[in-house]
Amino acid sequence: MPETPAELSVSLWRGGREGRYETYAVPRRESQTVLDVVTYVQRHLDPTLSYRFACRVGMCGSCAMTVNGHPRWTCRTHVAKVAGDGRLEIGPLENLPLIKDLATDMQPFFEKWQQAKGVFAPSKTRNDAIPRISPDSPARITADAAIECINCGVCYSACDTVRWNSEYLGPAALNRAWTLVNDERDAGNAARLRAIAASGGCHSCHSHQSCQEHCPVSLNPTASIAGLKRRATAAYLNGELKS
Amino acid sequence: MNVRLYVWQRATATLMVPLVLVHIAVIFYATRQQMTAADILSRTHSSVAWASYYALFVAAVSIHASIGVRNVLAEWSRLTERRAGQIAIVFGVVLAFLGAHAIFALVVA
Repeated sequence: MPETPAELSVSLWRGGREGRYETYAVPRRESQTVLDVVTYVQRHLDPTLSYRFACRVGMCGSCAMTVNGHPRWTCRTHVAKVAGDGRLEIGPLENLPLIKDLATDMQPFFEKWQQAKGVFAPSKTRNDAIPRISPDSPARITADAAIECINCGVCYSACDTVRWNSEYLGPAALNRAWTLVNDERDAGNAARLRAIAASGGCHSCHSHQSCQEHCPVSLNPTASIAGLKRRATAAYLNGELKS
Repeated sequence: MNVRLYVWQRATATLMVPLVLVHIAVIFYATRQQMTAADILSRTHSSVAWASYYALFVAAVSIHASIGVRNVLAEWSRLTERRAGQIAIVFGVVLAFLGAHAIFALVVA
């Protein structure tokens, strides 16, 4: 077993897109996460460091960064898993505007959720009875398989198609749309299918599967997008969709 | 890419699978039989079947390839989707013209 180094060499991105990496020495601790490392630098070495986190337990999706070249949720990424040689390079998420240091502007990411109609469209009013949805129904099982997205932006950062095509809605927004397409209570599918079948929608996906590879909660947005492709193609061939 | 282009590209790809197999089989047959250009032209001349086969092939290739070129240009260059689409249409028309020219030489001339 290689001996655990007493100190980590940590390069952090500083400044805007025209910035640079600066290197810090951070004490190595047991069960240390990447977020612990960033927090140590901010609290002990440079209080001007900007980064974002909230829950620290993998629920909120706030703390995603690029760690040694891969987008990851930093609060649940152990240093031991990614820095065997004692070196860490931590940058902001790719494919998003950079505010400063490690904090990206998530606005385009969430705007695309809106564009993909990733919002529940009620089919009932508060005066109607609550519909009973069987957890065993095929549609609900399909929706449940994609529902646990924490909106961290890791898939969006990992996606080659997002990098090449700024209009592409991205894996997270399309995955969300797929859950709603399969939600029996939702009434927004006509507009949703139009949105995801347009230019920049699900048919732009090249199925590289980087989203699936990097998703911290092990979702498979590629499969969701494939489902949307099938559903939209069927709607188009049936004349329900004009393009 | 929108759903309309997606359907056209997939449909033409599906159509080309048997067409490509037959085309390759014909190439193998012609070379194994050591056929000359004159031998081949004597069989294809005035053949409605070969003219129809290759006309379908050229149409499928022109549509399929031009949609692909449009995507490559839109994703890998700084062109707008509109401009990429315009260039792709020109590319498709050139392919169709070259294909039609080849068919004419094979069947009519």
